[in-house]
Amino acid sequence: MSVLAQAASTAGDAGVGEAIVFWILGPVSLASAIAMVLARNAVHSALFLVQTMLSLAVFYLMQQAPFLGFVQIIVYTGAVMMLFLFVLMLVGRDSSDSVVEVLRGQRVAAVLLGLAFALLLVAGVGRAAFAIPSAGLGVAASNGNLPGIGRLVFTDYLLPFELTSALLITAALGAIVLAFAQKKPAAKRGQRATVIARLRGEHARVSPLPGPGVYATANSVAVPALLPDGSIARESLSEIIEGHEVDEHPRPPADAHALTDGRRDAPEGTAVRTTTGGEEDRA
Amino acid sequence: MNPAIDPVDGMTRTQQLLADDPIWLVILKVVVLFAVGVVLTLFMINWERKVVARMQQRPGPNRVGPNGWLQSLADGLKLAFKEDIMPVLADKKVYFIAPVISTIPAFLAFSVIPFGGEVSIFGERTVLQLVDLPVGVLVVLACSSIGVYGIVLGGWASGSPYSLLGALRSAAQVISYEIALGLSVVAVVLYARSLSTADIVAAQGSGWYFYLLIPSFVVFVIAMVGETNRAPFDLPEAESELVGGFHTEYTSLKFALFFLAEYVNMVTVSAMATTLFLGGGRWPWPLSSFNDNGWLMFIAFLVKMLIFLFVFIWLRGTLPRFRYDQFMRLGWKVLVPVSLGWILVIFAIRAYRNSTGSESTAALLITIGIVVLAILAIAFLLPDRRTPDEAVEVASDYPVPPLDLEVPAAPRKRRTPVEQRQPAGALSGKEEE
Repeated sequence: MSVLAQAASTAGDAGVGEAIVFWILGPVSLASAIAMVLARNAVHSALFLVQTMLSLAVFYLMQQAPFLGFVQIIVYTGAVMMLFLFVLMLVGRDSSDSVVEVLRGQRVAAVLLGLAFALLLVAGVGRAAFAIPSAGLGVAASNGNLPGIGRLVFTDYLLPFELTSALLITAALGAIVLAFAQKKPAAKRGQRATVIARLRGEHARVSPLPGPGVYATANSVAVPALLPDGSIARESLSEIIEGHEVDEHPRPPADAHALTDGRRDAPEGTAVRTTTGGEEDRA
Repeated sequence: MNPAIDPVDGMTRTQQLLADDPIWLVILKVVVLFAVGVVLTLFMINWERKVVARMQQRPGPNRVGPNGWLQSLADGLKLAFKEDIMPVLADKKVYFIAPVISTIPAFLAFSVIPFGGEVSIFGERTVLQLVDLPVGVLVVLACSSIGVYGIVLGGWASGSPYSLLGALRSAAQVISYEIALGLSVVAVVLYARSLSTADIVAAQGSGWYFYLLIPSFVVFVIAMVGETNRAPFDLPEAESELVGGFHTEYTSLKFALFFLAEYVNMVTVSAMATTLFLGGGRWPWPLSSFNDNGWLMFIAFLVKMLIFLFVFIWLRGTLPRFRYDQFMRLGWKVLVPVSLGWILVIFAIRAYRNSTGSESTAALLITIGIVVLAILAIAFLLPDRRTPDEAVEVASDYPVPPLDLEVPAAPRKRRTPVEQRQPAGALSGKEEE
């Protein structure tokens, strides 16, 4: 934080607006960084990280680095954190942090490495902030932020830039190879192959299962479908629904009379068999 | 670098005009931009319903207001007075903040759109644009990438499987199509030599980019439909699969905010497409003299934007929804490689022209023509790969129609016995007579 303030003051034009933005967003970014570490829920943690990144992006904007600021938003909050969220959601929202230490000595190593990294950062940034005199934006980016970055990337820093991109591409290819190596080479069965397998009798039946019989007397999926002779089609009963013991009012039996508009004369025989069949089934 | 830059303070004419804006003008522009967003949303909902209705041979909304044009206003008011339901399983804070995250960036992206030319408002010379950042195009991309957080978080926080599936789809969709969108913009930026939206419009004075950079334009239009979750890419809210997708659990004003964000996003990307590829507010050739008047340019901008919005509606009325894997394949295996290849071609052309000077355009075109001819000749000379005839194998003795759907020729076996039994047939024929 003080580094930013320092940088702002060396630029010589730390206006009132810049100071206001800094003193509002500085605490916000710091607080959300701490909250990110402390948050129990993984998604909340990711959101706090997003907040920190957005605050940093606004800092970049205030430091007259609009390109860096918006690239920070697009790349880090837009793509990287979105991938994080994607994975977190795939894991599931109820999964909590495991307290069991899987790798021996992992925490000690993490603390030590973290401290070492912090030391490195403080040393590096501190030297950049105090020991090296600031050239100012007028020299480094005389005709705008963007051309300055572009010129440096493709002249002085061409080799590191290319090396970084080679590293990234290697990593991406490695990830692809790893992901595909774990997949079994067995080809997924296509639509046609499935149909042929179905006809060969590899499935229980050729046609899909009959749907539930939803009639005018009941709108529940638990009502069984009726066969043309009025008996119950057992395959239309859902195993899940039938497997549950539910305390409820007795369900109305499947009633074919509802379809005949009260005219009991025409399909008399089937209707009687239907109702009795339904009651037998319930009992 | 840019010819329009004033050597004194490094600002373009647009930036100078905008920097001189008094505070009341800035506030006025902000209010008008917000109003434009909301009014266009109300208009779009109605227009969409009417156009889709016409495509389906029915009248559409025609009761509220003149010709039914106030229907969406009435719907919006009704929505605001509905009960606000908070699901028991919802993550309260995230559930509350998600529609806000979705809406604010949608409006924010409006600020860099150059709606028109130089005008005078109450005696103050200015430009019909709120701000002209040197990285204006990136602002729109950044806003769209933040706006998706609203959808993803809303789906996650609802605590419902349908919402979560919608959110997952949305996250994957945005990551995929944001890349294609960004790559399609690269060609425009290379040609305009600036990321500022006003500069891009100015650079199209010699020719609009939609025909100069056709591949970029096609990729941009496809990716912008994917980016706004509109049919045929509306997988995050696929109502036939996921009830309502990410907004299944949302009601009342929170739902209205999601709705608003979707339509404002549509307006934003249409405005962006107009800016990047259709020359912003520029009138085409026979009417080029209109370009002197900023307000007439505003009208041209509106017309072009409405054309894009109509395409959105047209697509929705015409195309069925993509399956998820088809959608991902289109994004990663078609749009991204095509964009990358096209950028490479543009780099090659520009490098060639920079090294030899601009007068050698004819030589360049001839070279490209020879290369294309050579490729075509090779393609014609190469023999076609022989595809083996697929033998139709009957899977079982279950009676099925022939799989190649050809009517089988009359079997010869039957004909021979008939010829042999000719005397009997002649006899029966006589009996019939």
